Amino acid sequence: MSIASFIDAPGPRARRRQRILTVVVVVALALVLVGGYRRLDARGQFDARRWEVFEQWSVWRFYLYGLGNTLKAAAVSAVGALVLGLGFALGRTAPNRAVRAVAVLYVETFRAAPLILLMFFARFALPKVGITFVDSFWAVVIGLVAYNSAVLAEIFRAGIEALPRGQFEAARSIGLRHGQMMAHVIVPQAVRAMVPALVAQLVVLLKDTSFGALLNYEELLRKGQITGEFAKNPLQALFVAAALYAPVIFVLNRLARRLERRPAARPVNLPAEGGAVLA
Amino acid sequence: MRVSPLRLLRAIGAVYVELFFSLPLLVWALLFFFGLPKVGIVFDRFPSAVIVLAVFTAALCAEAIRAGINTVPPGQGEAARAIGLRFDQVLTLVVLPQALRTMVGPLGSVFLALIRNSAVVALALSVDDLMWRSDQLNTDTARPVQVLLGTFVAYLVLTVPGTLAVNWAQRRWAFGR
Repeated sequence: MSIASFIDAPGPRARRRQRILTVVVVVALALVLVGGYRRLDARGQFDARRWEVFEQWSVWRFYLYGLGNTLKAAAVSAVGALVLGLGFALGRTAPNRAVRAVAVLYVETFRAAPLILLMFFARFALPKVGITFVDSFWAVVIGLVAYNSAVLAEIFRAGIEALPRGQFEAARSIGLRHGQMMAHVIVPQAVRAMVPALVAQLVVLLKDTSFGALLNYEELLRKGQITGEFAKNPLQALFVAAALYAPVIFVLNRLARRLERRPAARPVNLPAEGGAVLA
Repeated sequence: MRVSPLRLLRAIGAVYVELFFSLPLLVWALLFFFGLPKVGIVFDRFPSAVIVLAVFTAALCAEAIRAGINTVPPGQGEAARAIGLRFDQVLTLVVLPQALRTMVGPLGSVFLALIRNSAVVALALSVDDLMWRSDQLNTDTARPVQVLLGTFVAYLVLTVPGTLAVNWAQRRWAFGR
């Protein structure tokens, strides 16, 4: 429901009241912002010496290297999580009861656990049981894949279950086996319908690579922390890291929202609120 | 705020949500932790963690609630206005009660995410919580498999009943439209 249906077009009195309220809010907001600025300034947070490290290209290269590691971990995890997620969604909708049970157990377990715990488990526990190649990069990837494959599996499943029954019946009636039906009829439609939700979750995945900082994986946030420790300007160093995160995430968020509005991403006969079910 | 009649309030609501959606939770946690003392607001570790989680989760809640309000057909708001209800009455008597039912699921997931997020914020700010303790225990005992599996189970005990409750509530209040 849009705002237009809540209120009548304002008359002269309401318009005056709105104008007064707007001014009040603007003044209050300005006071808070100016107050915050003056306090930061009083503590020397805008002093040149706290910012001058960022005049060096090598510091920026240090950050960009971190951004590269962030994107690398996100890309590898995204591929792994999409593949595994689709697998478990198919498992959860499989005709075999045992397969279904395994998929349900996996999805519900890994969806319920904190991501940082999964990363810690990969980093510290897996090497103890003989999986020794796990360094901090792989710990981040394994944690992200374990958690996000469970979340994505639910998104895929919602896409599959939102398809009209007729699609399943038609596929069976032309003689397709379960596997053929899924591969040629159901999954292509389900994935198309779920693209916005999938992209939104992948943005979350990208943001969550920052948890790797706690495992000393040298991604963007960690680079910010290190810079802050060396240059004794933790706030400014974090701010720069944030300024590098923001455009990447902002663009991806925009993309997700655009996909949501694009009707072509949706088969004609699918309910429009298909994505909202799991948001 | 995002459905407010005041355009400015709508804008502030949108900026708030966009702001917290555009940066990772952990970045916010550290910005708050290092930044707030610099504007003269000094908190202990525990209250800092609580504030970060609250402020961040508020943005998630706002989106869930707005999505819920969006599922109410426009005719409902128009009908409410037609019988002479004011803006606040339209919202509280007609729109929100209907929107609430579709919000249960998304809001439930937001609160379950809050439990999971508390782990990472606590660890980053060294708050003495379940995750931080298990990290300490892991360092002290060097038995990561047992310690972390135990913590894993503990978190499942916290979140799985929540998941079940949300599923139940969603079925309980489901309705066709």
